Order: sequence, then structure tokens, then C-alpha cells
Amino acid sequence: MSDSAKYDVACTSSGVDRGGKLGTIGSAAKAGICHSFSADGRCISLLKVLMTNVCIFDCKYCVNRVSNDPVRVAFTPTELAELTINFYRRNYIEGLFLSSGVIKSPNHTTEQMIKALDLLRNVYHFGGYIHVKAIPGADSELITRLGVLADRMSINIELPSQESLRLLAPDKTKESILRPMGLISTKIQENSTDLVKYRHASKFVPAGQSTQLIVGATPDTDHKILTLTEGLYRKYHLKRVFFSAYMPVAEHSLLPSVDIRPPLLREHRLYQADWLLRFYGFEAKELLDEQNPNFNLQVDPKCNWALNHLEKFPLEVNKTPYEMLLRVPGIGVTSALRILTARRNGLLDFSGLKKIGVVLKRAQYFITCQGKMMEGLRISSDGAIRALMADQYKLPAPYSEQLSLFTEPFLTREDVQQCLTGQV
Amino acid sequence: MSDRTGVVYAYDGSFEGLMCCVFESYEQKEIPNDIQPAGLHQSQQSLFVTEKWIETDKPKADRVFNSIPMKISTQAQELVQLGFLTCAPHKELLIYRFLRLGFRHGSKVMAMLTDDIVNSLQKAVRHLTSESHKFKGFVRFSVYGEVLVAVIEPKNFVLPLLSPHFCDRFHNEAFMIYDKTHSVALIYRSPKAELVFVDQLTLPEVEGTEVEYRRLWKQFYRTIAVAGRNNPRCRMTLMPKRYWGQMTEFDETEGQEISKDSTQWRVAETATEKLQNSIESSDSPFRYSKS
Repeated sequence: MSDSAKYDVACTSSGVDRGGKLGTIGSAAKAGICHSFSADGRCISLLKVLMTNVCIFDCKYCVNRVSNDPVRVAFTPTELAELTINFYRRNYIEGLFLSSGVIKSPNHTTEQMIKALDLLRNVYHFGGYIHVKAIPGADSELITRLGVLADRMSINIELPSQESLRLLAPDKTKESILRPMGLISTKIQENSTDLVKYRHASKFVPAGQSTQLIVGATPDTDHKILTLTEGLYRKYHLKRVFFSAYMPVAEHSLLPSVDIRPPLLREHRLYQADWLLRFYGFEAKELLDEQNPNFNLQVDPKCNWALNHLEKFPLEVNKTPYEMLLRVPGIGVTSALRILTARRNGLLDFSGLKKIGVVLKRAQYFITCQGKMMEGLRISSDGAIRALMADQYKLPAPYSEQLSLFTEPFLTREDVQQCLTGQV
Repeated sequence: MSDRTGVVYAYDGSFEGLMCCVFESYEQKEIPNDIQPAGLHQSQQSLFVTEKWIETDKPKADRVFNSIPMKISTQAQELVQLGFLTCAPHKELLIYRFLRLGFRHGSKVMAMLTDDIVNSLQKAVRHLTSESHKFKGFVRFSVYGEVLVAVIEPKNFVLPLLSPHFCDRFHNEAFMIYDKTHSVALIYRSPKAELVFVDQLTLPEVEGTEVEYRRLWKQFYRTIAVAGRNNPRCRMTLMPKRYWGQMTEFDETEGQEISKDSTQWRVAETATEKLQNSIESSDSPFRYSKS
């Protein structure tokens, strides 16, 4: 059953802290715990399964679509609870991730899921993490009941635009996805005021909600996806937006052909940008615009931004405020905070920065220590760009041809920058 | 303070013992070249080294330990406690030097991130805490009757850090986590947890249901990976191979678990000595002594 569920990328167990209780099993840790890593390098933390792979919907990209013909099976609530508890006792998992195909109707499916979770929470007294998928089109009242039993709830948008949805997922509409999302968001807020009023008010999805977008199934640009992501964080207060490089599992005239390779690097860039939005104080419009609607596959989004704003650099490490330190390539949240701490004690130099954990290989071109650039550094910005480009050998095969561009000895700065920003 | 070259302190290997070494150094106004736990020093004895045995004395140790939050900070005290659990080479000397620095500079020492001593100690502690965080996920229990048993082979002494997590999570279970590297087992039976020396651990054959759940887990593990995204290097970074040995999903011996003699699992007879301070939840989990 997890064979079909595996294309869901969300697998975090973070966001709630809950201690164990007498007579129950399980707890949840705020930071999340990975219990294993699968061969594709992704974290396994939750038992990711479908209630059933029976589905009345016909989403073109999905293995379980009604027009496909896999073996159809279903879990009974008891089987599911037994399996979860037994995996949990052996510390295989951090909790359950329950999704489902749509059987009979969205409401009927949701009722089945409520039954399973209710059994797990109230009969087996399971206190671990539960992530549940809300079914698009289910009634508000049912979604509310489901939310009280789970830690996190998610509804996958999958396709970033209305047109794509209409073409590839004819049974879903933007409305049927966004309405429950809005509902969950309001419920969470209502609930937080309730909790202030009554300490024992039951918690509604305490770890918040998340969603997933498929990358590369439709012609939507990175700009569109990232702007949508930003909107979701702002408007619906989502905890996470996950991106999933499109894995061709189904043949259809409207989809990319089955033998294309999944755009993993593009997915990676989107995640990097997502981090910049959530932790680095960037805005989507700073990273991409109508003229440059897609990410540069050669350099990460932060580096790209820095190279396009060379006028803001170099920055003096001993004076720069936190917000700007975060914008220096090679300095992350942890090292920026450490710089603030260490600065209280005296001036920093390059060897000190290295000890703190700053990646000087990147940062050296964008900072000064006590007014000086790093020793032996060629100060020209071309040098900076070229050195940063030297990381390119790490790129997978399809991108490596572009390396030859840079083996030519004389390049003007404009040339390189044009390449970097993809304006060639 | 005179630096009598060549003095090496030897102590009993306990945290209190180390605190007494610090005491001795200040009392005698001497700076040791090294501080070594008992058992190690004989092999490394050289001609020019004067070795000095430092007796462990609880009141002295307490004086040093209690002075840390007063003269430096509580964070420094915690760092020292954690530092003692790490696998850093010459951790004793590192802690000693850190304390000297701390007693001179006060609470400021915690912000001296570019100082080599502070930096090394913090790095060692980060290694410890990240390893212990990993083990929160990577520990694999097997069910023997009513008892859960797991074996781990960590580099650092992580059991004191794992204890609160697992005791909280498996509140009503009885379990044991055996640290093969340090020959110590964490044994929990509600409401008490303790650390016990265990030389050897023989586990009996597992039952049918256990075999079945192991099989299911392996199947889940294999299925969940998306073939088109195969990325062994990424997996190796996040979960280095040294953890694989004790993890169910990498266990090749399908169904025929190993047991040589007995049908009962037993702790070897030598495993009688309990660690000095058993770790009862909030009680400082860091103090323990090695014989």
C-alpha cells in the first residue's frame, strides 16, 4: 500500500512537543526525528500508507486513478492500528502518515479515516505523531473531526494553476482544494484563542498544515510556483510547502513522456528558495521575476541573488546586521547567529570565521574582516564568479556541457553574469 | 602558577574524579600535561613523566562543580558535563583547559567561539548531541516477551541523553538499550531507569510475530524508495554505514536470528555492578563512574 503512497514527499514529524502520559504510548518531539533513510536519500519518519488505493478520481498523473488497473486493496482500521503500534514499539517509526484513495465519495473516505484514527488514539492510546491527508471535497464538519485527531493535516494542490488542474485532475477544482485549506487555517487560529481561554480545549492540528506541488508535469514556471508558495505561507499560514519532481508513472498525451528524467535539480533549487523565504527573510520577487521566471541551475538562488546585487557587497563581518549577514553566500542561520555571539567578544578575522563554521570558499568574495579582504584573494568580481562556478563539476551529466563555456580563458564579467542569470 | 613540566594526572575515570583533578591543580598551583583515566596510563608511561594519582573525593568534586555556575555560567556547567560524555581524544585535558579559561574570563568564555579550546569542546559536544539525536531514530527494538531490547554501537556515550527521550516515549514498557561500545546498558522498568555495566549480552531466538514485523518493516523500507530518484550518496551522508549494523532494515539474515546457546536472554554474570547514580529522569543524568 505504501507503494502508491510513496510519491507523497512530505515526511516530517516536526512541529509538536508532547510528552508521554501514563497509560499511553508515544510522544512527539518538536524538532522531528528521522528513523531511517531510504535508498533515494529521503527521510523515513512516518509509516506512510493509504487506507485504500481504490479511487473514483481520474487524476492523469496518479497510479491509482480510476482509469488505471492496479490490484485494489484496503486496510481495516484494526489492521492499520495494529501495524502502527507494532512498528512504533520497535522504534521503526515516529508515527503514521495516513492518506487514501477516494472510495465511494470524499465524505465516506473521510469517515473511514476518522474511524481508523479514532481507534488508534482512543482505544490503543497512541500518542505519537499523526499526519493525515484531507480529501478534497469533504464536508467541513468531517474535516474538523479529523483535525482534532491528527497533528498535521495536508491537502495537496499538486498542480500550480487552475488550467493545469482542469486538464490533468478533472475531479478536483481550485475551490475544492483551497476551501478546506482555508477552513483548517481558520480552525487553527480559532483553536489557539480557545486554548488561551480554556486550557483543556482539544488541540486542532497542532503541527499546522502543509501541501505539495508537483514540479515539471506542466509548463508552469518556477516564478509561478514560488509566488504561489509565498502566498500559501502568508495567506493560509502553512507550515511547509513540499515540492515533488514529477515522476512519470503514467502514460498520457497531456503529460511529459514516461522516459523523461525527473527534474531533481529544479526541485532542489525550489527547496533552497523555499528555505530563503522561510528563514532568510527573502521575498519571492527578489529571487525571480517575469524576465527571469526560472531558477538558474548552475548556482543556488542565494548566490544568484548576491551575484546580481554585487553593489551591496562586500560587507564588513564585524558590523553587518544579522539580516544582511544572512544574505551572504556561505553564511547560514547558525553561523550568522554564532557571528553575533562571537562579535561581542572582540573583532573577528577570517581564521575565526572558519572555526565558527562559515563556508569561506563561498563567503570570501562577499565579506571583509576589519576592512580587509581575505589574503591572496583576487579581488575582481569575475574571479568570484568563476571560482563559484568551479563547483559545477558536481552537477549531473546533462548540465556538464556548459562547463566548456568557462574553460575559455577570457570572459568578460557581463558574459558570465548573463550566463548566470540565464539571459543568454 | 608554576608549570611543572611533565606532570600527568591519573584519576579513576569518574566525573567526580576529573573535578578533583581540577581541584588538585589549583591547590598545588601546577598545570598537568595530561589527565588520564586509570588503566590507560601504564601503557603510555614514558621516562620523563611524573605520574600523580588523584584520589576521588566527593566534597572536593562538589566544590569545583558548584563553583562553575557561580564563577562562569550554568551553560558552562552543562557543557562540561556533556563534554565528559564525548569521545574526544584527551577530553579530560580539554575540559580542564576550558575550566581554567572560564575561571579567568567568567561567563564571557561561552562567547569565545574562536578560541581553540572553547571551539574544540563545543564541537565535541555537538558531535555527541547530534549522534544522540540520530540514535533517537536509529535505535531498533526487538520484542522478547514483554521486554524491548535494542543494541547500539555509538562513538560517544549517548545513553544518558537517550534515557529521558525513551523513558518518556515508552512510559509503560520495559526496555533495555545496550551500548556495545561502552559495555553499558540502560534498563528501564517503570518508573525507574538505571545504567548498568554489562560485559556481554546474549539474546535468545525471536518469536514468530517479531520475525513477521521485521519482514514487514523491511518490505516497507524497500517499497518506500522511489527508484527513479535513487541517491545512495545522499543516504550515506544522512545515515552513515556505521549505524547500519544494528538496524533491522539492513539485516540480511531473513528469519533466522542468531542465538548460540540459551533460549533465555541473560545479562552476563559479571554485570552486577550498578552505576553509581542511577538515572532517574530529572536527576542529573551525567554523573556516572566507571570502575
